[in-house]
Amino acid sequence: MFIIGELINGMYKNVEQALKGRDKETIQKIAREEVACGANCLDVNCGPASKDPLSDMAWLVETIQEAVDISLALDSTKPKVIEAGLKLAKKKAVINSTSADPEKLEILLPLAKQYKTCLIGLTMDKKGVPQDKDRRLELAAVIACACQDAEFPLADLYLDPIVLPVNVAQPQARQVLDSIREFKILSDPAPKTIVGLSNVSQGACSRSLINRTFLIMAVGAGLDAAILDPLDKELMDGLITAELVLDKQIYCDSYLDAFRKK
Amino acid sequence: MALERLKENWSGSINEVQIGATKAEAGSRSSVIKVGGQSTLPFLFDEGKIPHRPVVAMEVWDVAPTDWPEVLKKPFNDCFDNPASWAKKCVEEFKADLICLRLQGSHPDFGNKTPEEAAQAVSKVLKAVEVPLIILGCGDDAKDNLILPKACEAAKGERCLVGDAVSENYKTLTAAVLADGHNIIAESPIDINIAKQLNILITDMGLPSERIVINPTIGALGYGLEYAYSIMERARLAALSGDKMLAMPFIAFVGQEAWRAKEAKATFEEFPNWGKEDLRGPLWEDVTAVALLQAGADILVMRHPRAVLEIKKTIEELMRG
Repeated sequence: MFIIGELINGMYKNVEQALKGRDKETIQKIAREEVACGANCLDVNCGPASKDPLSDMAWLVETIQEAVDISLALDSTKPKVIEAGLKLAKKKAVINSTSADPEKLEILLPLAKQYKTCLIGLTMDKKGVPQDKDRRLELAAVIACACQDAEFPLADLYLDPIVLPVNVAQPQARQVLDSIREFKILSDPAPKTIVGLSNVSQGACSRSLINRTFLIMAVGAGLDAAILDPLDKELMDGLITAELVLDKQIYCDSYLDAFRKK
Repeated sequence: MALERLKENWSGSINEVQIGATKAEAGSRSSVIKVGGQSTLPFLFDEGKIPHRPVVAMEVWDVAPTDWPEVLKKPFNDCFDNPASWAKKCVEEFKADLICLRLQGSHPDFGNKTPEEAAQAVSKVLKAVEVPLIILGCGDDAKDNLILPKACEAAKGERCLVGDAVSENYKTLTAAVLADGHNIIAESPIDINIAKQLNILITDMGLPSERIVINPTIGALGYGLEYAYSIMERARLAALSGDKMLAMPFIAFVGQEAWRAKEAKATFEEFPNWGKEDLRGPLWEDVTAVALLQAGADILVMRHPRAVLEIKKTIEELMRG
């Protein structure tokens, strides 16, 4: 499982303030904690309140890279902001994200190729988030085809069926799980799948439990990557155990420790 | 259109373990041995790097072995009373890459030598040869906990490979190895889960994983070889996929297992149809070793000079790619 830590995001108060005050220590502490808890990559998002996202993104990338040696998922709706991060990223980065809209793909695919990054493709377009798995599959195919046409390696594509909050869109969780399975038939080797996990419990009570349960079900459906809170220990324990049950990790009595020693 | 060869691209690699320390490093070896470091399955040079070739250690005991058949004793008959000259012969005449000194004489049933005597044997062998050393206990846990710390101390700074730690008895040896700068052999009974657990326990004591070699326990040809092979292969696949707690090089006690097989040690008189044992025995050991190379063995501990000669030729050929 490719784990992208979600905590460096300007929508969180502590990050927003650290950004404003150029407080390196707060950002670096979060980065170190996420990596120590098992993140393979860190999401970097300046947040909606950023007045100068270009320089905020650059500052965040440099600040994080001073503390940890890890790949970064540059998270913005604006390609220029993403590129500001790409220019500085030392390791293979992830572009988070494109939609299935041609005008987005036309800008972000060349960028992904130029900087040799991975690309997250959201199965949505201008009409919004699909309400069923068939439409999600259709948009996934649009993205995969665009990648093939652009000669972008499908191995570097992560398709995101878009998780919706279970408290307002209850039937969608199941559609997403089915989509994770069905995206796999799009190509051989199969494209990878990813979810932004925490959205499933947005606005709900028992958030950690909902996140954990959904993640384990998604892993069972074949999920390859997730953007999540790696500091949620029970979530990580559940994930490690799910991979154990699926024979993706070799059992030993201290298998939780073994995972964390990676 | 030419058919494209699909290549596996692994994310993990095997730890590199250094055995032996030169004078410049506070030891006294003329050269060091490095094993591991691969980022691909054995001999698949196109799919990753294989920085070091598998090496061959020869067994030397501090007492004359009682259960070795005549054909195996013959090459060493003149030096059973002296582990130093036995070791010298293995290096100079039979070209062993390392010496594996087994302190069998300390076993309560095989002479019950004192820890001081065991330490002396280590010192003598270190003086007699300049290749790196593997040191093994006698197999009796209680006695090994007395002799191995002494042996480690006698070889302090020589960065030996010392074993075997097992899950019921690893603490004393791990502490000794830590204190005197050696590497450790972690043994598990053909069980990948125990192998992984033991590596965690040892690293929890503070020994870096780059100082552990896995003894997966093997069976000889006809005696569970395929089972050992599958366990080693599974561990290697997991390691190359990123499992750090299985990413250690393997040591395989080929001689010990092969020469337990009736097919290796039975005499011509007992089984005339099987042919002469002076060819058959070494061949059994050699064939077992060849299979284990393909399973990923990094250090082969062998006994018969003829088997050593043949396996070294095979390694040479395989490493040509």
